[in-house]
Amino acid sequence: MNAEELLYCDTHEWVFVSEQDGQKIATVGISAFAVEQLTDLVYMELPAVGAAVTAGEEFGEVESVKAVSPLYSPVSGTVTEVNEGLPDNLDILNTDPYESGWIMKVNVSEELPESLLDHATYQRQCGEAS
Amino acid sequence: MTDEAAQPEFQDDARTALYDWHVEKGARMVDFAGWQMPIQYASIVQEHEATRKNVTLFDVSHMGRLRFNGEGAASLLDRLLTRSVKDMQVGQVRYSLICNHDGGILDDVLVYHLETPSGSRYFLLVVNASNRDKIVNWIEAQWPDQAAVELCDRTLETSMLAIQGPNAIETVAPLLNINVAEMKYFRARVTHQMNKPCIVSRTGYTGEDGVELIIRGDQTNHILQNILAAGRQFEISPAGLGARDTLRLESAMPLYGHELDEQTNPLEAGLGFAVTWVDGEGNTREFIGSEALAEVKAQGVQRQRIGLVMDGRRAAREGYGVLAEGQEIGTITSGTFSPTLQQPVAMAYVPHQFANPGQSLEVDIRGKLIPATVSSLPFYKRT
Repeated sequence: MNAEELLYCDTHEWVFVSEQDGQKIATVGISAFAVEQLTDLVYMELPAVGAAVTAGEEFGEVESVKAVSPLYSPVSGTVTEVNEGLPDNLDILNTDPYESGWIMKVNVSEELPESLLDHATYQRQCGEAS
Repeated sequence: MTDEAAQPEFQDDARTALYDWHVEKGARMVDFAGWQMPIQYASIVQEHEATRKNVTLFDVSHMGRLRFNGEGAASLLDRLLTRSVKDMQVGQVRYSLICNHDGGILDDVLVYHLETPSGSRYFLLVVNASNRDKIVNWIEAQWPDQAAVELCDRTLETSMLAIQGPNAIETVAPLLNINVAEMKYFRARVTHQMNKPCIVSRTGYTGEDGVELIIRGDQTNHILQNILAAGRQFEISPAGLGARDTLRLESAMPLYGHELDEQTNPLEAGLGFAVTWVDGEGNTREFIGSEALAEVKAQGVQRQRIGLVMDGRRAAREGYGVLAEGQEIGTITSGTFSPTLQQPVAMAYVPHQFANPGQSLEVDIRGKLIPATVSSLPFYKRT
């Protein structure tokens, strides 16, 4: 996926929404900036398939040598799929966070929150934060 | 990593002489005890492994450096420190604690007995950055009327660099006009760098061999360049406070504000080796806290510092509960995923009946109870 076509949370998750069989399916991951800030990832807790997630609320966590960080869902809906191989191969997030580093897919049940940022706005925010 | 409340108010955003160099090297700078310090340059794990296998350079100039001149210095320090000072030979370094009257730990320190090239002897106390203000005030409050002692806080006029790892000695040897390879561990000498005094000690906080240098602040950048040039053959790299923390944790060295505080005594912290009960003449030593500690020793400790190892990859972090048979019995003081052991390690305080290596316990990791096993300390020891 092209980073410029994604939407972002200010908590550094990205989301890409596509239509499949009339359903809105959101693919969710974390940004390259987040991976760079976290560094030395050791663990990721994925949600269960079938779990309900809510926009702005925690759906999992990622842990580095230094600290634990919650993962916040950009969308509300039901988890249809998780990237099960990812926790054992977190290095993927360093090289390919927007494609093979996806974390979960969600069958979206509500409108996307207006607080999601486009790429340019998100980049600007990261620039200010770093 | 830092206790906000303990930060001295007079310091805010203090910078070491190497601040610009850290930024230039891409360090992520954080506030640590009022100092702007590098937490990491790129990867904590890489900096950790470079220290275990090769050589790294740490700026530890935030540590407090207090110099005691005068003939009363040994007596004053002998009263302040849990470990005897009066019998120290020139060139010795000792790890010690400073306790309050209740036996609670005010700080853990290194005390150096040194001699200048012109022959005057003095003591140096290296204290934690977060405690420097508190310790200076404490010492001044304990000052005897007749003490022939002069206390100089040398922290801001000097820098302190730690060169650590199996290639550390070979790195610094050509730069020093003393035979550092023949120096024993926990020994120190005053030598020269560019005609100015430089204290070399075979000490560190990583569990590896290495040295720490105390140099004049205005020479820091020049000496840094010399070290980097000498270390080029090993590809010496800088390491930050993040790696310093994982390295000391694997080596089970306590960190003030985590394993040690004023509610903790040296015996439960497993630091009995740093308490001298009887002086060289066979007399019971009297130091601040000695009566309270003698009572603890007689009655036995209620709780003990332990090591915990766990399976999986989730680390037990500071503040997490430790359980035995479903009951909370203690608290994690620090923990991380150990880069060397490739498993989570942590330290905690638990009642002594749960402190034996092999004991099965559980840690409450954000609501999930994860099995943990009491391990002997340290987790890692260099071979």
